[in-house]
Amino acid sequence: MHKSLLVTAGVIGLAFLMTTAVWSADQHDSAVDLGRSATDEEIRAWDIDVAPDGQGLPPGHGTVAQGAQIYAMRCAGCHGPTGREGPQNVLVGGHKSLQTVKPLKTIGSYWPYATTVYDYLRRAMPANAPQSLTPNELYALVAWLLYQNGIIAENVELDHDSLPRVEMPNRNGFRLDPRPDVR
Amino acid sequence: MSRNTGDEKKTSNHVPRSALPTRRQFLTSGVSLLAMSASSTLFGAQDEETRAPIDPMRVPGLSPRPYGERSRFERQTRLVAGTFSTTPLQDLQGIMTPSALHFERHHNGVPTIDPTRHRLLIHGLIDRPMVFTVEELMRFPSTSRLAFLECSGNSRDGWGEAQDVTVQALHGLTSTSEWTGVKLSTLLDKVQKQRDATWMLAEGGDAAGLARSVPLTDDVLNNAIVCYGQNGEALRPEQGYPLRLLLPGFEGNINVKWLRRLKLGSAPFMTRWETATYTDLMPDGTAYQFSLVMDAKSVITKPSGQQQLQPGFYEIQGLAWSGRGRITSVEVTSDAGRTWQEARLQEPVLPTCHTRFRLPWRWDGRETIIQSRCTDETGYRQPTRDALINVRGVRSIYHYNAIQSWKIQRNGFVSNIYA
Repeated sequence: MHKSLLVTAGVIGLAFLMTTAVWSADQHDSAVDLGRSATDEEIRAWDIDVAPDGQGLPPGHGTVAQGAQIYAMRCAGCHGPTGREGPQNVLVGGHKSLQTVKPLKTIGSYWPYATTVYDYLRRAMPANAPQSLTPNELYALVAWLLYQNGIIAENVELDHDSLPRVEMPNRNGFRLDPRPDVR
Repeated sequence: MSRNTGDEKKTSNHVPRSALPTRRQFLTSGVSLLAMSASSTLFGAQDEETRAPIDPMRVPGLSPRPYGERSRFERQTRLVAGTFSTTPLQDLQGIMTPSALHFERHHNGVPTIDPTRHRLLIHGLIDRPMVFTVEELMRFPSTSRLAFLECSGNSRDGWGEAQDVTVQALHGLTSTSEWTGVKLSTLLDKVQKQRDATWMLAEGGDAAGLARSVPLTDDVLNNAIVCYGQNGEALRPEQGYPLRLLLPGFEGNINVKWLRRLKLGSAPFMTRWETATYTDLMPDGTAYQFSLVMDAKSVITKPSGQQQLQPGFYEIQGLAWSGRGRITSVEVTSDAGRTWQEARLQEPVLPTCHTRFRLPWRWDGRETIIQSRCTDETGYRQPTRDALINVRGVRSIYHYNAIQSWKIQRNGFVSNIYA
């Protein structure tokens, strides 16, 4: 009798100790004193993404005409004189081609947000010198690409205010993953 | 079947007496001879072509070396094509992929990153924006697990005409490794994630600055790892050295490599890689977006495309995997789908990992078609190509996971067909 009581007490005690051990391991995970606070300056330097609502767009502006010059110098070698020729990704055209047997997915026919064009050019283009374009050059390039795709007029100047308000033709062309869709 | 190194001369134990060095020659030559260029007169018993001793028991072997390499008789390699390379699935054993054979895909080259200069920034909808060094992340409590990674563009040739190529060329953008790091949730606790933070931008430090929006679901928060280790050592450069995100079961590219920044927000960030690419175009002109989980897939790797069979016994082997958990069953047909047999799943059988299946088989020399189809723990069964195309058409590029058919011709040659 006494013996079984002792065993019971022991089991309860052990369970308590194990609970405590697990609890302190969890506490330990988030209480580790590692890393340091990021300064505002660091965050500004690294925070290069641009959201569909325009958050992240820097000050600056650019016109279609300025974009044409920059495109010819920095982009045409890979994407062709008008953005239709390649050899790298075709950037212009493909309007209303998505339901056909030969869909042509370009900035004009497929991309849902104009802000994504700015974001992508800023972080990745030109491929041989990424992150070398200034905000004004980027606004101008985006303007030229949108103009070539018939989305904005030739005299439009883009900046952090007007770019997010550009409506892309395929803005509503996407739906959330419905899989499993095949039975 | 794909090797050509096993001819009789090299594997024979029978050595003519005259070819062996005498005891005296052997003693005086000593170990130093090993360092000299191999010469058939000194060693006597070397194979002319391979320069390997005909009887390795009569020649001292090699010294220890600081970083090991496989036997020089092993020739399996990745198949390199443009911006990716594929794993030789037909040559793998078990479920692990050697790090050196793990598939690659990158968007502007593999960056060279000094780990002492690399930083991870976490900011956005959190209370404490923080910067971590790699060394600091390695001092957090660690976690480790096996997981497959598969490019969502794997098997994409399946949407088009049947290509007469190997299983590696068709399906080799998938690999399994052990991944080690710190749980994402540990870091998000540390920086005090805010309640309305439902999405997270993960950004790479490569020359594409590849970035993806990750939905912060319970599944992601429970399973995501910020990794620094792969198969017992540091990540390979092609796999994100010194840091990568691991989201078990999700398409390859969202497991962002060379990870430098996590930004929490309340909506997806709509980067190029979740709008212009990695979205699945349907026949009606709309596209699936954030189709992140890799559905179950299986493929027979032995025998497989471009291999040559002789009538007789073979163990059919292959790999099956699912982003939704464990593989529970693989069925195999060797008579073009008339009958299906349950294959044996080879341990270990782990969630979101390659799982090896096996089935003994005797090829009778007649023309036939072999196929495998798998089921995962959610009850999802791998579809036929017709069923897949019936829903998605042939222009969606990504997430092709239909049943693979191998045709075995009367002459024993194996080729890719649609059946």
